[in-house]
Amino acid sequence: MAQKNLRVMVAKPGLDGHDRGARVLARSFRDAGYEVIYTGCHQTPEQIVEAALQEDVDLIGLSCLSGAHKHLFPRVVRLLEERDAGDIPVIGGGIIPDKDISYLYEQGIREVFTPGTHIQTIVDWIENNVASREAL
Amino acid sequence: MSTAESIRAGDIRLASRLIRNLEDKNPRAREVVKELFPYTGKARVLGLTGAPGAGKSTITDYLISSYRATGQRVGVLAVDPTSPFSGGAILGDRVRMQKHALDRGVFIRSLATRGALGGLAAAVDDAVHVLDAMGMDCIILETVGTGQSEVDVMNNAHSVLLILTPGLGDEVQTLKAGIMEIADLFLINKADQKGASKLYQELMRMLNMAQEHHAGWRPPVLLLQNIDHTEEFSEQVEEVRNKIDEHYQLLLDSDILGQRERRKARLQLGNSLRASLLDPVIRQLEQSGEMESLVQQIVDKSSDPHSLADELRNRFLR
Repeated sequence: MAQKNLRVMVAKPGLDGHDRGARVLARSFRDAGYEVIYTGCHQTPEQIVEAALQEDVDLIGLSCLSGAHKHLFPRVVRLLEERDAGDIPVIGGGIIPDKDISYLYEQGIREVFTPGTHIQTIVDWIENNVASREAL
Repeated sequence: MSTAESIRAGDIRLASRLIRNLEDKNPRAREVVKELFPYTGKARVLGLTGAPGAGKSTITDYLISSYRATGQRVGVLAVDPTSPFSGGAILGDRVRMQKHALDRGVFIRSLATRGALGGLAAAVDDAVHVLDAMGMDCIILETVGTGQSEVDVMNNAHSVLLILTPGLGDEVQTLKAGIMEIADLFLINKADQKGASKLYQELMRMLNMAQEHHAGWRPPVLLLQNIDHTEEFSEQVEEVRNKIDEHYQLLLDSDILGQRERRKARLQLGNSLRASLLDPVIRQLEQSGEMESLVQQIVDKSSDPHSLADELRNRFLR
């Protein structure tokens, strides 16, 4: 079980409706002890960022299987920065070709998890890299 | 600007952070609520309750649209259950409300129950004050999926909507105490499904049995159907909103509103008193490790919960 009291958002940007992976992750984060805000499919980056602010999340996990990750993931990071919320880490997963991963890092995506990643690996990454928000 | 001032000026992330600190029982969060409290009391609070999957989030979504069309600002507190095993939660009510994500006149915050069994979360009392002080005209409280006895929403909402669906049990269920008693409006959702007219008749008979209705308000029973026809569904929700407004007007005209506010104030004072007396004691016992030895004494029967509580009371409350 996780030690941290985190609010984690799991979101699917763009047009693909393949949410099995996102649901498996949401469920796993729940089992890790996190409060998971799940927003469903077909979200625009704008919707994701607005929901993240309203929910005061510690982490945004994006899942994309449509091939539009190079556009959508960086867009979420940019919008967060515009709203003075660049401190919220963004991670991504889905069908991401190896050759795109370094580009996503350059664009501010903190970590990318591709198919076959063990769930505990992702939870461990969160435990080591994500801090719960400071109290007021 | 102080935290309270920033929140009143519209900093939604800070408002959400405050709610989170309230959920975490951070003592400083109480200080901010003290500062916000003088600005509360303007919002109307609606409670939506009903079984899991009955349609609370969907109807909330349509109600948001309806109130927004009149220019009112809408706040939503949506509660989902916390896992009794991991302490985690899936907060999924936003899925049905995402079309309002970009509307700055709508603020939606999800909360987990964190062990509360009354259908809401402990922090909801204060979260309502936060949204109220932010200037929300209408606050919608969506409970967890409820069964028979989760009635806490009645203490927070001016109007309670109970959402029912066809196909659950016989007429005796409508006679039972608890959640069936707290509804100011009954909504039969998915009324295009088999059994809706039977449920309607059962509710009518239940309401006919009442000796008298509180302040003369006989809770109306409204049907919602054909969700696939968005326009038709919206019109039905308009009708729901008209009834809510009618009920609110009655509350104003009859001073029931005042009574409900007094009931709420009394409960919140009790809750806050318990929190300010008990939470520090429990925290200290946990942190010092004494809690474990106390628990052990109960387990090995060298003492009992009441004797230990009496000893602790004498030690802490002098």
